[in-house]
Amino acid sequence: MNLRIIVLAKQVPDTRNVGKDAMTPEGTVNRAALPAIFNPDDMNALEQALRLKEQNPGTSVGILTMGPPRAAELIRQGLYRGADTGWLLTDRLFAGADTLATSYALATAIKKIGGADIIIGGRQAIDGDTAQVGPQVAQKLGLSQVTYAEEILDCKDGRLTIRRHIDGGTETVSAPMPCLITVNGTAAPCRPANAKLVMKFKRASCPSERVALPVKPGTPGRDDSYDYLYDSREWLNLTQWSVADIDGDPQQCGLAGSPTKVMAVQNIVFQAKESKSLSDSDADIEWLVKELRDEKIIG
Amino acid sequence: MANYFTDNPELEFHLHHPLMKRIVELRERGFADKDSYPEAPVDFEDAIENYKQVLSIVGDITANIVEPNSEAVDQEGPHLVDGRMHYASKTYENLEATRKAGLWGVSMPRRYGGLNMPITPYSMASEMMSEADAGFQNVWSLQDCVETLYAFGSEEQRQKYIPRVCAGETMSMDLTEPDAGSDLQRVMLKATYNAEEDQWYLNGVKRFITNGDSDIHLVLARSEEGTHDGRGLSMFIYDKRNGGVTVRHIENKLGIHGSPTCELVYKNAKAELCGQTRLGLIKYVMSLMNGARLGIGAQSVGLMQAAYNEGLAYARERAQFDKKIILFPAVYDMLSRMKAKIDAGRSILYMTSRYVDIYKTLEDIARERPLTAEERAEQKKYSRLADALTPITKGMTSEFANQNAYDAIQIHGGSGFIMEYKSQRLYRDARILSIYEGTTQLQVVAALRYITNGTYSKEIEELLASEVPSSLAGAKASLAKAAEELNASIEKVKSFGDQEVTDFLGRRLFQMTGMTLMGLLLLSDAARCEELFAGSARIFAGLAAETAAGHSAFIASFDPALLPDLRAE
Repeated sequence: MNLRIIVLAKQVPDTRNVGKDAMTPEGTVNRAALPAIFNPDDMNALEQALRLKEQNPGTSVGILTMGPPRAAELIRQGLYRGADTGWLLTDRLFAGADTLATSYALATAIKKIGGADIIIGGRQAIDGDTAQVGPQVAQKLGLSQVTYAEEILDCKDGRLTIRRHIDGGTETVSAPMPCLITVNGTAAPCRPANAKLVMKFKRASCPSERVALPVKPGTPGRDDSYDYLYDSREWLNLTQWSVADIDGDPQQCGLAGSPTKVMAVQNIVFQAKESKSLSDSDADIEWLVKELRDEKIIG
Repeated sequence: MANYFTDNPELEFHLHHPLMKRIVELRERGFADKDSYPEAPVDFEDAIENYKQVLSIVGDITANIVEPNSEAVDQEGPHLVDGRMHYASKTYENLEATRKAGLWGVSMPRRYGGLNMPITPYSMASEMMSEADAGFQNVWSLQDCVETLYAFGSEEQRQKYIPRVCAGETMSMDLTEPDAGSDLQRVMLKATYNAEEDQWYLNGVKRFITNGDSDIHLVLARSEEGTHDGRGLSMFIYDKRNGGVTVRHIENKLGIHGSPTCELVYKNAKAELCGQTRLGLIKYVMSLMNGARLGIGAQSVGLMQAAYNEGLAYARERAQFDKKIILFPAVYDMLSRMKAKIDAGRSILYMTSRYVDIYKTLEDIARERPLTAEERAEQKKYSRLADALTPITKGMTSEFANQNAYDAIQIHGGSGFIMEYKSQRLYRDARILSIYEGTTQLQVVAALRYITNGTYSKEIEELLASEVPSSLAGAKASLAKAAEELNASIEKVKSFGDQEVTDFLGRRLFQMTGMTLMGLLLLSDAARCEELFAGSARIFAGLAAETAAGHSAFIASFDPALLPDLRAE
């Protein structure tokens, strides 16, 4: 079966390796002090996509990402592991997007691509931790969605069988294609980069990225000694789209399209208490209701 | 994230050696593949960038998959199930990672699915595999058996087997038998030719076969009935898909538990002749063994690095008498020697690798077109140098690996003796390095010829002729003195005119040669990059001087009349 798969990926600061300079005095993330990485859950999603490709010859996998020019690195990382193509949404008009504006941009780009059988991304990004973008994209495209996926077990007759991670265990569900899947961090880790593919795609870049390349010491201008390759090797040219390229509405993109306003960020220390597991017995339910009422959580 | 390539900048330094230009030029045949293979480099810089990228993948996999799996692999070991070997479960994870990363058939030409990388970066990958898990390094690096199949097999055999190795099928070299260990001329496994079927069959037993249940085996067998020496032996390819070989036993070893050592029973196993009959031992196995010895050099350096990492980390953490133990001279004496041995080990390992690269690539080019007179001279020169340096590389680095593993435990004190610490595994794993693929004693034998005919002395003399920065002048003077003492010792040994005396004193000459040569190679690396190597070069020059003084004193006062009393009948 020839599947068309789009992997949603985000470049994020590596918040798992936080040094002392990770936060600015104002309490925002100091992006310069943190290396930019492929969002970990999105790597798990990529692995699921690549496995489907292996099981279904003729399948194509594309990486869709939104970010500054350097986010094209995600597309390269995808190509190094077996993805076929990628699209970078980059435009000042996309900047400052909350989850609503992000999902609008991604959904609009997916329409521009011509849709897909499977759209798959990580459950959430490690910088925002919202887990909203995937479900919002599904909503905007009118697709079924399966969240917290751990493994795609089967793909046949237009349906996917998926094992999901749920509290205290897993459940297996079936969903019709096209559909959107968000993958949990407990899913299989992504495969390493492949030697031949790295050799092939190491200079793949998008036009804005090439302009921004660092200047080679001792030479005027940037290192353009391999620029001649871009004409003869079409696989080195990554697709870069602006708001206009995807026929997007600038009012729904970036800061303009983001109703979420962050007023302040505070450092807090969690006052975690012991958790309690309850069964579905009448006694336990009665205890829970009483507890919630006492805590004034329900009135 | 840890990465064994980017964490050890010494590796990349060796990738930028001046000889690499020639190596890449020869390997890439004028970059002829660039229009037919998208992964092929377009020029020299592009090729080096490719090697760096690939080594960075290896650095990632080794640090983040193979090393974290190593303890479990060591504890579980391989299993024997119904005549088949099953790896420790995490070994399959390691194999899968290397396959997905396309790290098989690294040195094979692109037309067979390989990466067409030279031996030098391949040795670096090998070193990193060993730093992560010396046992797994065996399983992975036995892929270089394919070099022998490529060099001596028919085109049909190349097309049949090489793409399978490039896809990740494993290999083994089935040489030793219960009565044929170091002395391979005694191999008895019988190869019989059935003229009617035009088919060879193998019958017999092989023992101590590393990764013995591999997919594709190179087998040394006696094809000439009635012969008893090396000239009756031929090389065969056994394909596991055809069946006929079972695993009878898996050895329970002191170390490298990730590397299964098998006893194999051949019962009418179909096999293909590789190359010509009778050349199995005298030509093909010699080629195979030289490659394998270089591989042990890489394995040894990787293990030396792992032992150093353990010792250093512990010495930085552990406090006694109110200070970190790394601050005590007795501790940093050990650590500085460990580091110097690693750096000197790399200097000779990668120099040998580069020599092998040049002569083997020219040898390969000679299969496509006649070499020019200059190329023939170049091939001869580097082939001789590689042959001379290989036993020194193998012999010295494998002994150093044992020394570093010993010191790593010593730095740990009592904790080093506890099984929970990794140092004990490194100590066990290191022990085989100076034994297999030719014991240190056999490396001495292989090197003695070059010691007495002046090959090394000439190299040493040339290296001493080059300039070094004034900061390294003291180190150079120590090495010059060591070289003098070495030459005097060689003359003294020769003056006895007795082979038994030469053999008896061989180890001392070997060590003096090894230390002096390695010290000079490290010195020349330090001259190009003081920042990385100057400290080690100075320490190592001191160690070389120490060895030369001690051994030359022993040799100077040696009385051959003692020998008869030393022989234990």
